[in-house]
Amino acid sequence: MAALSIRTLSKRYANLEVLKGVDLDIESGEFTVLVGPSGCGKSTLLNIVAGLDHPSAGTVEIGGRVVNDVPPKDRDIAMVFQSYALYPSMTVRQNITFGMECRHVPKAEQDAAVANVAKLLQIEALLGRKPSQLSGGQRQRVAMGRALVRDPLLFLFDEPLSNLDAKLRVEMRMEIKRLHQRIGATIIYVTHDQIEAMTMATRIAVMHRGVVQQFADPDTVYRYPANLFVARFMGSPPMNTMPARLEADAGGPVVVIGAGRPDEVRLRLQGYDAAAPYLGREVVFGIRPECIAEGNRVFSGDAPIVVHAPVEMVEPTGAETIVLLRLGGESALARITPDIRPPPGTAAPFALDTRRICLFDPETERLIA
Amino acid sequence: MRERTFAPSRILIYLIVLLIAAAWLAPLAVVVLNSLRSNEEIAQGSMIGWPQHWAWSNYVAAWSGFCVAETCAGIRPYMLNSALVTIPATIFSTLLGAVAGYAVSLWRFRGDTWIYGIVTLGLFLPQQMRLLPWTIVLRDIGLINTLAGLVLIHTIQGLSFTTLFCRNYYVAIPHELIRAARIDGAGFFRIFWRIILPLSPPILIVTVIWQFTHIWNEFLYGVTFTSGQQQPVTAALIALSAAVADIPQHGVQSAAVIIAALPTLLIYLLGGKYFVRGLTAGAVK
Repeated sequence: MAALSIRTLSKRYANLEVLKGVDLDIESGEFTVLVGPSGCGKSTLLNIVAGLDHPSAGTVEIGGRVVNDVPPKDRDIAMVFQSYALYPSMTVRQNITFGMECRHVPKAEQDAAVANVAKLLQIEALLGRKPSQLSGGQRQRVAMGRALVRDPLLFLFDEPLSNLDAKLRVEMRMEIKRLHQRIGATIIYVTHDQIEAMTMATRIAVMHRGVVQQFADPDTVYRYPANLFVARFMGSPPMNTMPARLEADAGGPVVVIGAGRPDEVRLRLQGYDAAAPYLGREVVFGIRPECIAEGNRVFSGDAPIVVHAPVEMVEPTGAETIVLLRLGGESALARITPDIRPPPGTAAPFALDTRRICLFDPETERLIA
Repeated sequence: MRERTFAPSRILIYLIVLLIAAAWLAPLAVVVLNSLRSNEEIAQGSMIGWPQHWAWSNYVAAWSGFCVAETCAGIRPYMLNSALVTIPATIFSTLLGAVAGYAVSLWRFRGDTWIYGIVTLGLFLPQQMRLLPWTIVLRDIGLINTLAGLVLIHTIQGLSFTTLFCRNYYVAIPHELIRAARIDGAGFFRIFWRIILPLSPPILIVTVIWQFTHIWNEFLYGVTFTSGQQQPVTAALIALSAAVADIPQHGVQSAAVIIAALPTLLIYLLGGKYFVRGLTAGAVK
């Protein structure tokens, strides 16, 4: 069953169009992450789903029911906010029961529900405290408890981890994912952090300028980004993209970077049949940093493709070494083994994984193959 | 510990501060001293002087014995009048201002900024400009020369200030709090009562002190719209001066002034520390 269906939804503030005809279908039990840079419309979309904002056009269906004119409290949703939005003057227990109190749930039922959720989130010891007496992570847990206790059709998370420090964020990320696996809830989660999107989502909707650029599972979004925006937004460091030429050769299509230069790079492609119409034309060549490695790395497949390229800068991170190099005159980042540090200013050999190259149309910026 | 230095510049600063303080406190000192001197003593000497005998009887006379406007009950009934006007008007204007400030700061509705602008415009209207409209209104609803009429005026006039104060305090409350409560199923008044009001004591104390002081000390409406037994104490003090025009009774008058000023002084002493805190602090953390 579709837990949420959004049809041609648009939102306009005065002369600013925030959402431009968004369509989304989210299945029950999915963990959908809406990700995009700030101002892309993802929070507006979430607020419209919650009923806290009204669309200019289009419909929102929750559990098969059009809810455009249904107030937030009757939409069978629960929301977790960036600032947690815990009621400051109430105890943790009162924070959790406030919604049930508004819905006139009997006291005994409230107590049972609180006990249940408190156990699930391990906040039993905090029930008597005020929000000001809690740490950031504890507040986050209480905010989730407040949502969980409602047992709604749809959970909405609005950047819930962005107020936490880096370490806690990673912990809570895992905890939310584990929680989803355990209770099988339908979650819509808004974030600007592509790592959160990649790690938690069952499907990712990448948004930019009020349009859903791609809606697919994380592997597809990462491996086959629908367009240049998605390619450059997802992944850290992002995908290397540079202008190139697609040429026909006796053995098949060849990508040429920096054509005509003494240091031009020619890469033979295999299995890129969809690129045939672009033979002899300009394309945008994309390659993920992890597909450029030290010269003796063997990417499974045929004979390794090794290019000698000048090294401009080296960034050791401990887990790996990031190298800024030049491919046919265009700069690119490579992720190589941590103990190899090619000296800047010299040329070094780099192995390329040509099976995972992306080609984009320079005009439409869409993925060709 | 930092060493104390007495540089000439510092001494000069202290001198100036002391001078200004003395200038401010001198009238108060004269009134306090005169309230403790007998009339004869003041008449024989000057208005400024140290009491030779402590004339506590001035206070008794001012409170319950002195004759104002042909009744001889002191200022006690007028103090009661002032209390009957000030206390309800303070409570009503503060509560209404809190609701209004909450509505304009945390709920978006069509024309909300206009309504807020018009309400606060009342701050800039001079009092005398409003005398005539109020006369007509009070006459038409039959509240001329009643305490209820004054309560009505002060409640409505006070709304400009109380709305402004509360609104400026509430804008610091995160909107997500309201959204969370709306999703939880709470309505306008439940959110106000359960979430906003418990956060409000600092600003409510400020508004209460402000409103109480202003309404208690207000004179123009009191003297214009009430007469005789219905007057608040500020207006009655003038009547008292008029009554003693033949024989100056500076001692009793001074005592009456001090009694009349006591409630506002007390409320400031009790709530003063919240007053400064509430005016400067806005954030709800």
